[in-house]
Amino acid sequence: MSTRAPGIHSAIPTAIFELKGVTVRYGALAALQDVSLRIEAGERVALIGPSGAGKSTLLGVLNGSVAPTGGEVRLLGRDVARLSARALRQVQRQIGTVYQQFNLTPNLSVIHNVNAGHLGRWSLAKAAFSLVIPLERETAARALENVGIADKLYERTSHLSGGQQQRVAIARVLVQDPVAILADEPISSIDPERSREIMTLLRELCDRLNKTLVVSLHALEYAYSHCDRIIGLREGRVLFDLPVGQVTPAMVETLYRIRA
Amino acid sequence: MAELVTSPVISRRWRKPPLIRNPWLRWGLLIGALVYLAVAISSVPVDSARIARGLERGARMISGFLQPDFASRWYDIQIGVLESLTMTVVSTVAGVLLSVPVGLGAARNLVPAPIYLVCRSIITISRTFQEVVIAIVFVVMFGFGPLAGVCTLAFATIGFMAKLLAEDIEEIDPAPLEAIRATGAGWLKTVTYAVMPQVSARLVGLSVYRFDINLRESAIVGIVGAGGIGSTLQTTFNRYDYDVAAAILLIIIVLVMTTELISGQIRRRLQ
Repeated sequence: MSTRAPGIHSAIPTAIFELKGVTVRYGALAALQDVSLRIEAGERVALIGPSGAGKSTLLGVLNGSVAPTGGEVRLLGRDVARLSARALRQVQRQIGTVYQQFNLTPNLSVIHNVNAGHLGRWSLAKAAFSLVIPLERETAARALENVGIADKLYERTSHLSGGQQQRVAIARVLVQDPVAILADEPISSIDPERSREIMTLLRELCDRLNKTLVVSLHALEYAYSHCDRIIGLREGRVLFDLPVGQVTPAMVETLYRIRA
Repeated sequence: MAELVTSPVISRRWRKPPLIRNPWLRWGLLIGALVYLAVAISSVPVDSARIARGLERGARMISGFLQPDFASRWYDIQIGVLESLTMTVVSTVAGVLLSVPVGLGAARNLVPAPIYLVCRSIITISRTFQEVVIAIVFVVMFGFGPLAGVCTLAFATIGFMAKLLAEDIEEIDPAPLEAIRATGAGWLKTVTYAVMPQVSARLVGLSVYRFDINLRESAIVGIVGAGGIGSTLQTTFNRYDYDVAAAILLIIIVLVMTTELISGQIRRRLQ
């Protein structure tokens, strides 16, 4: 047994995410029902489906913040049901998430929001000290450069536009340096012109840094143009799970059809 | 409903519906209340001799107040003011520091139910009793002097600050919390990066506000023996030194007004 989290660097390729018969219930409502899927390292997967189909819940399961009510979830090869809170946090460090509403702390300056990516590794003392005198400024500056807003390092986050805030959120994930990046409708709160830029940025970063990408999308064109595989969710179930080339318009129509 | 539609003539004018529908009950209650009031007033003993004596004493007090005497007890006054200021600073700092963990624990969105209940109880106990009551308890425990005063004010500060802080925390944007937690950060780190930054400006504003409440209260708790300028004031009243008491009151007024002015400025700048 190596001391590293198994599955991350082991020689046998393990799936990054593996779900078997996963169900998530909120009271009487089943957000996910019997979902099974496998996502390998380096894949670019799009999650599509109507509102309420369970896309956000699925991403929550994949980043360890939603515990399944039934079924088996393996993140980076580790069964989440058997993990202690601490061990789960160690797995979560390896999974970065970008959100629709950016989920940045609005009244901190950009550098602190970017540095929040370190929090899984930093001690509390270091984290608190950094709020007074920012630490690892070079890493933060490089991350911001990578997302194209190098000049905003000391700006107050709430003063940035939506597109810029999403870039800060992506910089936070870069600093976190995870194995996989999840994105929950990353472009739904951004104007259409900036949307393509953000999607291209996400895709390029994943290509360059060799990270797995799972992104839920409302804008289907980006699922086709920026991903290799599409998973269609409807009412908590996987309707189809295919390479981009095999998804037909008929399938998509069934996915979004309003129930009679 | 049907009546309303078919007979438009009857209810052209809207009238306020009476609070109590039954007219007998309505008028009965009103008359009963008036009779009670008359009986109650007539039962209060009014002793004209005592009022006359009181007026005389009041006149002496007012004439003393018209010539405030700062000089004859200047040393005592100085010590009292200094003690009050020290009490205020120490109790505000200690109270605010202690109120942060209590406030975090009393925010429903951050902690499990048992911790929430414990912290809410601390707040409730602190807020139930008026400062003077708490001061009496601490004077009994620690004896006369500023230590009792500091404990009183710090304890009252915890209730005040923790309650308002908890309410603020319960209204923060939960989105950053979700994101920071998902990076694998523990509870304290999540609080440091996602909660405290969202409430820190208000925390500072409230602390400054509490500072001037504590200064005002420090004069009051002194009267029951908990040190500070209030104790000096109490001594002068016991000696019928109304001119010195007037001087002390004027000093308190100036002090409180000054701190209120400064704290108001600070809070305005924070917003």
